[in-house]
Formats: sequence, structure tokens, C-alpha cells
Amino acid sequence: MAESWIILGATSSMARAFARAVAERGCAVFLAGRDMDDLKATAADCRQRGAALAEALPFDARRPEGFAALIARLEREEGQINAAVFVGSMPDQAAIDADPALIDGVVADNLAGPARFLQMLAPVLEARGGGTVVGVGSVAGDRGRLGNYVYGAAKAGFHTYLSGLRNRLGRAGAHVLTVKPGFVDTAMTWGLEGMFLVAPPEKVAADILRAVDRRRNVIYTPFFWRWIMLVIRAIPEPIFKKLSV
Amino acid sequence: MRWKTTEYTGWGRALRARADLARPERQSALAALTAKTPSPAIGQLRSYGDVALNNGGRAIDMTRLDRILGFDEDSGIVEVEAGVRIGDLGLAFASRGWIAPVMPGTGFATIGGCIANDVHGKNHHVAGSFGQHVVEITLLQRGRRRRLTPERTPDLFRATVGGLGQTGVIASAKLRLMPCPGDMMVLTERRIDGWDEFLAMLDSSRANYTVGWIDATAKGARLGRGILEEGEITSGVSPSRSRAREVPFDAPQWALSAPVVRLFNEAYFRRVPARGRTTVKPISAPFFPLDKIHNWNRLYGKRGFHQFQCVVPVAEAPALRRMLERIANSGLASPLAVLKRMGEGRAGYLSFPMEGYTLAVDFPNRPAAVALIAELERMTEEAGGRIYFAKDALSSPERVRRMYPEHEKWLKAVTRADPDGHLITDMVRRLKLRSA
Repeated sequence: MAESWIILGATSSMARAFARAVAERGCAVFLAGRDMDDLKATAADCRQRGAALAEALPFDARRPEGFAALIARLEREEGQINAAVFVGSMPDQAAIDADPALIDGVVADNLAGPARFLQMLAPVLEARGGGTVVGVGSVAGDRGRLGNYVYGAAKAGFHTYLSGLRNRLGRAGAHVLTVKPGFVDTAMTWGLEGMFLVAPPEKVAADILRAVDRRRNVIYTPFFWRWIMLVIRAIPEPIFKKLSV
Repeated sequence: MRWKTTEYTGWGRALRARADLARPERQSALAALTAKTPSPAIGQLRSYGDVALNNGGRAIDMTRLDRILGFDEDSGIVEVEAGVRIGDLGLAFASRGWIAPVMPGTGFATIGGCIANDVHGKNHHVAGSFGQHVVEITLLQRGRRRRLTPERTPDLFRATVGGLGQTGVIASAKLRLMPCPGDMMVLTERRIDGWDEFLAMLDSSRANYTVGWIDATAKGARLGRGILEEGEITSGVSPSRSRAREVPFDAPQWALSAPVVRLFNEAYFRRVPARGRTTVKPISAPFFPLDKIHNWNRLYGKRGFHQFQCVVPVAEAPALRRMLERIANSGLASPLAVLKRMGEGRAGYLSFPMEGYTLAVDFPNRPAAVALIAELERMTEEAGGRIYFAKDALSSPERVRRMYPEHEKWLKAVTRADPDGHLITDMVRRLKLRSA
């Protein structure tokens, strides 16, 4: 059966690895993001790796006026439509402390933009009676921490949004998967202090695809982050507020 | 772009560097880096010595720029980013009837590294060096994008191929793939009892892929015994691949001590029946035999190892035999020793190949081995041969200058390409390659 994937934020290394994985299955791949030259290079790569079709499309989480054109392009494809959202940005918490206006961008990139796009896509999935939405959140959304609580707050909002969307789309036979990656070896984490157990993007992409196939609801990747976050969440607030984890 | 301060080594792990590394994931980020902070590019760090090291400086890690940008089914020309691994590219099109014409002994090497070291494979006597199949290189010089071809920019092309990254950062390249009947290889292995027989067999071999494994511990009448491998690409159904294994920690010092190596080599020699044998294998097995064991370099312990590789002209085979005698008598050799007949194919001013015989032997990093390698280098120079930059960690400026007669041409082109010396690496400093 024909299957298409739209990948938002497709210039990230995690998204690129995921695009390759679905390309190797012969799916049509739509790579959406801002750096069109980069997206075209990834599209070419996907074609060589077996994608039925690979196109680069412009997407900017902060410019929702462009979303309708994307949805219209997807609707021209027959068969099942899937979406994977890798969009996100994580400015330094210190930079946000110095300039609180940066919060708007963090919320737009990690929550408002992706949610608005998925909200527009939802009726298409309902009409076709299937499809999968992959939303990439973060373990940072599980608890507000000193180091990145604005980013964490936006991701927590996105988790909650995905949970509601799952509730809605499940009724129409479509599925929503929430992905909470731990530390992944990407440009976002390159050279940051305090990184440990860093996973390669290919490993995360493989975990996501397996979870899609098994229609899992929420996954941590790599898996052990479930246990790490279980501990982090269990710490009582009076103690947690004094920690810098 | 954030920089990550890290300690890293070449594959031999004998030399180390501490440097700030940037790892761009997009061409735009790479171009910006080369404009603002021009630095040497590094790949998978599969060269043995210090080609890719820049202690106290910066380097650009190219491994995330690993996309196949296009393929023309008619001409077989493929365009790839520099961080694509040769093993991935070489085999990606095999089921469609195309294969990389030259593949080095590890599939993990990047295309950028294959170009910058003008690598060769088991078919050098037929196909020549890697650079001879490169039709275009996109080079970044301080943010400026230049397209090099052997026809339009012969001088800069020859200075870039085998040029150790000194002319600019290779962003992408177009290579001409070779038609192939499938993705399997028919491999014939036979025992060779001694040196003279080995040379005769290498000279008379008609196979496209020919390489000899030498038991570098065998002495006297058995000196130069080993196994000759001849391969041809064929079609067929690939059996399921066995999984890669990993060396999880640095091995203790005795792991590759003389008695262990002697026992291993005896077993390795006898593994092939006396009458020889022919098998059919997936193509990756004979091309990249050691890639199945990840981090096999850790077998040499934390002090690391050196690979000595030289090539000498055909007429100087007796000199090579004397070198092997020295090696056998030293008791320092490891199981990895390779003898091969080379053709004359080379594509750059500093390319390694010359018509003759090449010998490569690994040694654990010990003072006695370092002294032996110095002696072997002296013998190589006397024989009119040369050593391979991709393997070297020990040689001297004067020696390599005499081994590479085209160095002056290279230096002229490089001085124009990188006048401020932004791309200088530890090897270039050690061997004073950038000074006249």
C-alpha cells in the first residue's frame, strides 16, 4: 500500500536518520524545514536509498501561514499519510534569562507551530481512517529543571497536546506516538557539558520506527531513560528544588 | 557552531591530539565554518598516524555530511558528500550493477579521506588508485566553493588528491563507479610456501583482486610463506550476514606477544587446506575482512601500534625480502602482514603507489619496533621506494622528501591554496611538508 511520510524539521540529524529509514522501506518522503538546499540534499539521498518519491518543502514553525500549502501537497498523495515532527529549538537557559522574549520562539518551535500543523492535518487522517503521527518531545519535558526549564515546559506542553491528539485520532483508526529521547548525539548536544549515555541518531530512528510498527503510545529512547526519568519524577519537590540535575 | 574539546587519535592510537572539533550537519554550516574558522577536515580517523590530528588546534569533523546526492544510471557517476563511508557507497549500488572501482581495506574510511590519501585496493594492479576514478571535487577554500576536475584544474586536482587535506576542505565529490555482475565474490585461497613462490604467483595472477597474507614470523626456508587470495566479483544470492563483533577494552600486552602471534599465524596458515579452496562470499567479507571486528585496534593495548607500509620497484624485490627477514628475525610482527603487487596508477603529487611490490606489517608500539621501522624506512629509501603517509607516524622530513619527487609541485599549489597555513596538521608539521 502507498504510504507517505511528512517529516517536519527534516534538517536535524535525528529526522534525517528517520527519513532514511522510511525511504529504505520505499515510502514517499516529504522533507519539510527551512534550509532548502539541505533538504534537497537529503531528498536526493532518500531517492537513492529507495524512496518512492522524495521532495523538499518549506516549513517554518513560526510562520503558520505556510502550513495550508503543505497539507494540500500531502492530500494529493494516495494512501496512508503519516507525519513525524522533529521540530524544536533549545536556546541556552542563560540566554533566555538575559532576554525573556526568546521564550516566544521556544514555544513556537517546540509547541505552537507543530501543534497548529498537526491540528490542520488531523481531519485528513480522520478522513482517510488511518495514519501515524510521531511527535518528538524530550525527557526534559518530564520535569522542570534549572538548566532548561523553558525548553522543558514547551516540550511538556507538546506531550500533553500529543496525548490529547492520540485520544482524538484513535477513534478514527489513526495513531499517535510520543517519543521522549534522552541525550542524542546531534548538533544540539555537540560540545555541551554534562552529556552522558549519548545515543546515535540512527539508533533513535530505529527505535521510533519499531514503536510505529508496534503502535506504541509513549516511548523513551534509548529505553533506559524511562527508568532514569522514573527516578527523577519520584524525587519530592522540596528536595528536587534544591538539586541541579 | 559549538566546538567540542576532545582528545582523539588515528587508527594506530600511538599518537594523540587534543583539539576543538566542530561537526557540521549541513553544507551551509560547513561553508560558514571554512569561511570564519578555516581548519583541516577529518573523517572516520582510519589513517594510522597523525594525518588527521591537529594538536592544540581545530578540526572539522565531516562524518555527518554523508548523503548520496545523485546517481546517473547511464554513466555510473555518483555524487556524494565527503563524509559518506566507502563501504556504504561501494556496496549501495552493487545490487543495481555498479560498484566503487577502488576500495581500501576498511569500509569505514570516508570518501574525503579516500581522496586526501589517494587510497588503493586489492585491484590496484588493474584499476589504479582511488583518485583516478574521481571526476570532480567540490573544494571549500575559506567559504569559497571551487569545482576541481582533472581536465580543467589539473594542478590543484593533483595537489588535492593524496594531498592530505592541505588545499581546502573537500565538501563533496563525483566518482565514476564500475559496472559489476553482482554483489558476491568468488574467492580462491591457496597456501604459498615461500618468498620466491609468492612473488611468482603475484606476478602471474590474472585475477582482478589479488592480495597476499604473509606469515611475518616465518623464517629460513619458510620465509615469506603465506596465503594468496584471488577474487572475482560475481552474481548470486547473498547468505545472511554474520553480526559484527567488538573488542570491548584495551587488550593486555601479551595479547599479541611473539608466541601468541606464532601460534595464530600457524593456525591461520593451516586454515586453508594444502590443496587450496574456492568459496563464494558476500562482497563485503573479502573487501573489509577486519571491519567485522569493531575497534580491533584495541587488541594492541593502550600504547597502540604502528603499521609500516612501503612500496619498492619490481627490480628491488630482493631488498623487500631482506626487509621481511629483518621483520621475521625481530619477533615483533603481528599477524597482520600483507604483500601485494602494485601497478603504476596514481592521481596526485603525493600519491603513494608506484609499480612494484608493497608490504604492510603491523607492530605494537614499542621502542624496539620503532627502531626496526626506522631501519625498514632506510632500506625502503635505498631501494628507491616510498612509505605511505596514511600509515606513517614515525618518519622524518628529509626521508619523505627524497621519497616524493613531486613534493615541490604539491607545495607550490598548496601554498597558493592555503597561504596562511590554516589547514596544517600534526603530520604536516612533523614532516615539515609545508616548507621548501
